[in-house]
Formats: sequence, C-alpha cells, structure tokens
Amino acid sequence: MSALGVLTGRRPSVDAAQPRTRSAAHLEAERVSAWFGDHKVLERVSLTFPNASVTALIGPSGCGKSTFLRILNRMHESTPTAKMAGEVRLDGVDVYAAGERVTETRRRIGMVFQKPNPFPAMSIGENVIAGPKLTGVRLKGASRAEVIERSLRRAGLWDEVKDRLDRPGGALSGGQQQRLCIARSLAVDPDVLLMDEPCSALDPTSTLYIEKTIQELAHEMTVVIVTHNMQQALRVSQQSAFFLAEAGKPGVVVESGPTTQIFEAPTDERTMDYVNGRFG
Amino acid sequence: MPVAIAPNPEADLDVDEPRAIDEGLVGHDRVFHASARTVGLVVLLLILCIGGFLGYQGFPTLQRYGLSFFTETRWLPERDIVGLAAVLVGTVEVALIALAIGFPLAFLTALFISEYAPARLRTTLVSLVDLMAAVPSIIYGLLGFAFLQPHLIYIARWLSEYASWIPIFRVDTDPHAAAWAQSKFTASAFIAGIAVSLMVIPLACAIMRAVFSEAPLGEREAAAALGATRWGVIRSVVLPFGRRGVIGGTMLALGRALGETIAVLLIISPAFEIKFRVLTVGTMTTSALIAGRFGEATPSQLSALLAAGFVLFLMTLSVNTVAAVFVNRSRTGAGTDV
Repeated sequence: MSALGVLTGRRPSVDAAQPRTRSAAHLEAERVSAWFGDHKVLERVSLTFPNASVTALIGPSGCGKSTFLRILNRMHESTPTAKMAGEVRLDGVDVYAAGERVTETRRRIGMVFQKPNPFPAMSIGENVIAGPKLTGVRLKGASRAEVIERSLRRAGLWDEVKDRLDRPGGALSGGQQQRLCIARSLAVDPDVLLMDEPCSALDPTSTLYIEKTIQELAHEMTVVIVTHNMQQALRVSQQSAFFLAEAGKPGVVVESGPTTQIFEAPTDERTMDYVNGRFG
Repeated sequence: MPVAIAPNPEADLDVDEPRAIDEGLVGHDRVFHASARTVGLVVLLLILCIGGFLGYQGFPTLQRYGLSFFTETRWLPERDIVGLAAVLVGTVEVALIALAIGFPLAFLTALFISEYAPARLRTTLVSLVDLMAAVPSIIYGLLGFAFLQPHLIYIARWLSEYASWIPIFRVDTDPHAAAWAQSKFTASAFIAGIAVSLMVIPLACAIMRAVFSEAPLGEREAAAALGATRWGVIRSVVLPFGRRGVIGGTMLALGRALGETIAVLLIISPAFEIKFRVLTVGTMTTSALIAGRFGEATPSQLSALLAAGFVLFLMTLSVNTVAAVFVNRSRTGAGTDV
C-alpha cells in the first residue's frame, strides 16, 4: 500500500483506466506450511518471486503446489478446515498480518484457475469489469470501455471479441474463456498474477496463445504458474521450484532456482528424474 | 498404418440416413423403467381425477349461478345467494400478507445459512428450519390465535396510526381513544397472514437455500479472487445463479399460502364483504369457507362448496406449475459447467 493509502486507510484512487507505473512488487513466502484438518500437506516452503518474471511451480500431483499457490493470495482459508503457518510478504508486508484486508490482498494478487470460470450471466465486457465493480471502483462510459479494451488486449483476446462485447462470456471457446478470465484478473490492476495450471483444459493452439500472453505480462508483473507440462515451464518461466511429497509426508520444495539450471543441471537426483519424465 | 475397410458387399451404398438404435434396456433396467413410468402416470392421473371430481360436482352450482358465482360477495346458500368474490379477495389477501412477511425472512435465512453461517452451525439451522415445516398447521393456528394475536394487535394499531395514508392500513376507529377498540384489530387478514407466513417460510427457505448452495464453486472463487467481499460474491454469483430458485420457491410458498386452512379458520372471524383494509376485523378465505361449512351442508350447498374448491384447485395448480417451471430451470439451465 502506498504512503497515501496508509494515511487514509484506503486504496489511493488511481485512475483505473490508466496503467499504473509499477514499482517492484516483490512477493516472498517464508516457512509456509499448510494443513487440511490434521493432515499436513505442505512443510516449511520458502520461496522468493522476483518482480517482472515468471516462476513455475512444478512437481507431481498432490505435492501441494496448488495449495501453496492458494496460500499466496489467501484463497486457502476459504476452504473449511484449512490452516496455514508462515508468512507471505508482498512488498515486505505480511498479507496474513492482523489488519491486512483479505479483499485487498486478493485484488493485488490475482488468480487464474485451472478451469475457465467466466460469470455465465454476464457479457464479455461485463465479465472484464466485474472485478473493478466488485472492489467498489465505479467505471462509466469512456473509462469503462478503456479498461475493457486494455485488459482484453493484454490478455490477447481483444481482436477476437471486440465486435461482440455484449455477448455472453460462456459462449466463447475454452481457450477464449480462459483468456477472458485472464483479462478479468488484469482489470483490477494486480501486482502479481497466480495461475493454477491455466492450460490443462485447453488445446495446443489455445495453450500457445496463453503462453504468449504470460510472457508479455511478465514484463510488467510478477507471475507464478503451476504447471504439469515440463515444456511449458521451460518455455515461459525464468525461475522454477520443484515440489515433491514423499509417501505419507507433506510436500516440500526439493530444489528451486533459474529454470535452465533446474532443467539442465539440477543438484538433486529427484529433480533430475522428474524433469526427465522418469516419474510423476 | 491405416488400413482401408472393405465395404460390406450386401449394404446399399446409396443409403445414408440415421439408423434406428436399440436403447438396449435389459432385465431390471426394463422393470425399473416400466414401474417408474407407471408411478409417474398414476400421480398425473390422480391430479386429473381430483380436478375432474371437483369440476363434476361443482358443475351444477356453476351452471346455476353462472358468472354471478364470481361477482356475488355474500355466501347465503339458504337464501340461494352464493358467490366467491369476497372469499377470493380474502384468500389472495391472506396469501399475499403471508408472502410479504415470509419472503424476506425466508430469503435472508436462506442466504445466511448458505453463505454466512459457520459450517458447524449450518446443519443445525437446516434441520431447525425443516422442523418448522413438520409442525402441524393446527399448532400454528393456536399459536397465532392465543399467543401472537394479543401482541399483534398493537402492531396493527401502530400501523393504522402511522401508515394509514396507505389505504389498506386504515381502520375505522380512533387509535388515540382512552380505551381503544382492541376487537377492531383482531381476527383480521393481517393476523391470519402472519400465522400462514410461519408455515410457508420453511418451504420457501429450503428451496432457496438448496439453489444458493448449488452456485458453482468455480464462479464463487473467481469473484473472491478478484477481491470481492462476501456480499460481492453473493451479488455477482449466488443471486444471478439462484434467481429462478428464489422466484420458484416464492411461488410454491404462495401456492401453499393460498390453500392454508386450519390456522386461518381458527384466527379469522367470517366476513363476506370485499374489503382491502387488512388490519380490520374479519375476512374469509376459500379453504376456510369450505372447512367451516362442510359439516352441515345440504347436497346443493355441498356442490357450491366443491365448486369453490374447484376454483381454489385451479388457482394453486397454476401457481405451483409456474413455480415448478422456475425451480427446474434453475437447476438445469443456469450453470455453464463444461
């Protein structure tokens, strides 16, 4: 939160139609553990996500990657019986600290889900500006149109839908729906974008589009992506973290670092086995 | 390597139209299919029989009085004057009052249970609301007559004093009189409507809650991840998804309220005049009329009562049908699950 925001206790009223000039939004997780009920699923994960870059979280199913991702933007706590420990710092401020508003954390750390989930009752345009509307930003006329266009352009969807913004979002193809969801996340101007296997339900062409979008977004924001696709991790990310849960134990980060190093010269044998497709 | 399949030499190669496909029901599938269909038809047949019986029995009355059966306000079968005008107005009044009070309570209770209540409390609340539905209506009648009425007359007086600029709240008495006419405020459509509202709340609430809790998790999370408050999630996801359920649940409640008998009979004092001042003593509803006059009816009076029953049957049937259409659509059409 900026100095002004701290003084007034409110989000500074930026002109939502204009892209903000970004200071480095730095995200780091320290000693994050997670439980569902008494079952521990994640053990003391510490990771740093450098600004303006893509970090891939890789690892076999059930190793806690998605849980970890959901802890980053406080979606984890909406699951009954879910618990967590540790700190998640956004620009140095623990988002779990008392007094931090969960809605503001989620606005600043956007999320794209595995399954495209546009609001079916809303048109394409309404879907895009649903976020500003839900966070209390009134957009009208020109600035509304501007936010819609800018968000759709950043998500690489503008040219395909610009003539049918008032059509229902649910009528788009799966890949287009997912880019619509990305546009919807971008409309609230987040500093970080979390993506939970965003391409796993999509065909190869749509996947390519989304990867291109991710690479462009990474110029201006921090992106964290969970993926099961090793090639995708190689293509889009600069850093990677390899998660692994051994039988009966909570998930841990085995190794993390520059993506090229993780894939070409991992220090841990298990990483080597995984990235070469020998298990998982 | 692709291998070409040699065409069946017997097949007519020019034919290219849809084939008949055997559904392939076997054994117990076939038995279940047949019995389910039979039971469904029996239910449909039952409803047709009820309608047919009422129509047949009431026909002499409808034939004799014609249109005046619907325009005459008085019900004096011994003087050959029989009409439903006042009774139908009373029926609709009581039902609408029940809905005006029951709808917001049911709606907010359903929202609270599905969206705000902690998980531990949720099951308890659900069963409490369901328990409300299990209480016999005579109990609600007694409750309304003996317990609620003595208190409600003060609310009625307050309404007549401060809201009498709305014509329906007017009462012909001086609310400031030293000894105000309490009996003017008793046994009214207002009090009967409140007792009925207690009976329709569980029904409406259960349907709304079920539809709300079916709102897709993916969309809820999408809204939450954008920074929405709980109310934001409700407004953008739950209510659009549950809209038809809300309408359907309300209509079903209306259907129930239209037919509610015993509680109304206990509370109201009979009055056969068309009046819209709902706080004033006296009203009459169709079902209360039938229940009240059934015992000592002569054959021709019975026919008149059954004709009244036929009209009520048609009213509730159409309301419930519309409601069912809304509720069913909300379950099947609103989601876009891929």
